[in-house]
Amino acid sequence: MVSTVLDVSRLRKDFPILERTVRGDRPLVYLDSAATSQKPFAVLDAERAYYETSNAAVHRGAHQLAEEATDAYESARAAIAGFVGAHAEDIVFTKNATESLNLAAYAFSNATAKAAQGGVVDPRLVLTPESSVVVTEMEHHANLIPWQELCAKTGAQLRWIGLTEDGRLDMDQLSVIDETTAVVSIVHQSNILGTINPVRSIMDRARDVGALGVVDACQSIPHMRVNVDDLGADLVTWSGHKMLGPTGIGLLWGRSEVLDRLPPFLTGGSMIESVTMEGSTFAPPPQRFEAGVPMVAQAVGLEAAVRYLESVGIESIEQHEHELTAYALTTLSHMPGVRIIGPESSVDRGSAISFVVDGLHPHDVGQVLDDRGVAVRVGHHCAWPTCRRYGVPATTRLSTYLYNDTDDIDAAAAGIRAAQEFFGVA
Amino acid sequence: MSDNVEALYQEIILDHYKHPRGAGLLDNAAGESFQVNPTCGDEVTVGVRLDENDHLHVGYEGQGCSISQASASVMTELLEDATLDRVADAERAFHELMHSKGAGEPNEDALGDGIAFAGVSKYPARIKCALLPWVALQDARLKAGIEIDQSTTPDA
Repeated sequence: MVSTVLDVSRLRKDFPILERTVRGDRPLVYLDSAATSQKPFAVLDAERAYYETSNAAVHRGAHQLAEEATDAYESARAAIAGFVGAHAEDIVFTKNATESLNLAAYAFSNATAKAAQGGVVDPRLVLTPESSVVVTEMEHHANLIPWQELCAKTGAQLRWIGLTEDGRLDMDQLSVIDETTAVVSIVHQSNILGTINPVRSIMDRARDVGALGVVDACQSIPHMRVNVDDLGADLVTWSGHKMLGPTGIGLLWGRSEVLDRLPPFLTGGSMIESVTMEGSTFAPPPQRFEAGVPMVAQAVGLEAAVRYLESVGIESIEQHEHELTAYALTTLSHMPGVRIIGPESSVDRGSAISFVVDGLHPHDVGQVLDDRGVAVRVGHHCAWPTCRRYGVPATTRLSTYLYNDTDDIDAAAAGIRAAQEFFGVA
Repeated sequence: MSDNVEALYQEIILDHYKHPRGAGLLDNAAGESFQVNPTCGDEVTVGVRLDENDHLHVGYEGQGCSISQASASVMTELLEDATLDRVADAERAFHELMHSKGAGEPNEDALGDGIAFAGVSKYPARIKCALLPWVALQDARLKAGIEIDQSTTPDA
């Protein structure tokens, strides 16, 4: 079946890695974009051109290269901000989304520690054993463990919104967000279940009780039009490498008045205003959160990725993937012995589809698929509590992007059948 | 299926996976170890004790992929009622085989059915699966204070 919105076979030519074979002479069928996306020539070329012509340390130095590099870095910030409907000065570059989330969690622990020493901090960032922190049961470990650690350091209570049998948030449990809640940090689209959560209503509740709202948008921003302001959050985090960009760059968007009152996370060069031997004052955002020489080439590459996504059309990508997701859900749900973990309907759902095969461990399913050139993810997908919730030790997950089509889904389905036959569980 | 995957999933491995030998924990283990493979969630618990003749007794339970669970079954069958010299030979030979990158000549005297895991060493992601019960065995043995002579050379 040909995509109704994208010319996938033409787009695939932009991604050199999709030309290679694996495990001998098998054409690569890449269904692991929720882990990381592949990169088009435009991104590779932009990074190379930057290193060939303008490479220098940004925001320092009086020479032309430093000027060009700084321009390239700040131009990337503006382009990425534009992609999510934000102002450039509200976008912080980090190493990855995990760092972005740690930056948010450490704002609380650093403020709490400073307050204990009599320092002047925003009282909303100071946690006590009476405080609570709210996440959901479908968080990636990156949006769980920083908050667990924050609670362990401050005595605050970690609470979570549980899940329904069909892979959705149990909205009857929103009452865990109450006047004690200092921060609510939730995933926009689950990396393991594919569920797209009603973040706006949860963020509204967070705001009503005076809590800071954080949204992990790693799996949504690459695949759909997201205006960060519309999410109703104070902070939004995501990564560059899942949206056709390079590894080594993550993003944090914050409302300017919120970023303004967050203390720094990593400290050192570039993030200061004034330094003496006794102490320092810090630069305003975003520089306050960008200590050290930053990842300029990756920022340049990510700008190219954003321009590429806009040239294809993020709305078209969303529609294409929605159709592909519906096709994959139908295909998998008609296979005997295959059970989808997560919503079985394509409504409010992204393209990451987890499943288990009766009598087969995901590692063995993945091995047979790999042998046929089909790359999927197996394991707990850094969402171990979610696996526990559904009583499975692990799942197999396929996930798509603009360069996938129904042939790829068919190849995965054929591989699953081959695994069932090989292990005698068909 | 490619030759490599056929070699990975030897008939012996599939047989142990579907019909595990010696499954179940010992009632009177002197040492027990729970090991988990954090990348995929495979779990195995191995318990050991020595009898009055200094022979090892092994029990296990676990859940996970074919490679990890067959490895536990093969190991338990191989080492149940074994002398400590035999345990030492087997532990060393299995670790060597797993680190051979597919080029190892498995030592059948030391490993028994364990030689079927030779094909695993070509798949870095699966070596951890195969080693999981052996790591648990070693840890359980140390907890039980059962020392083996690490210096003996396996009978070849």
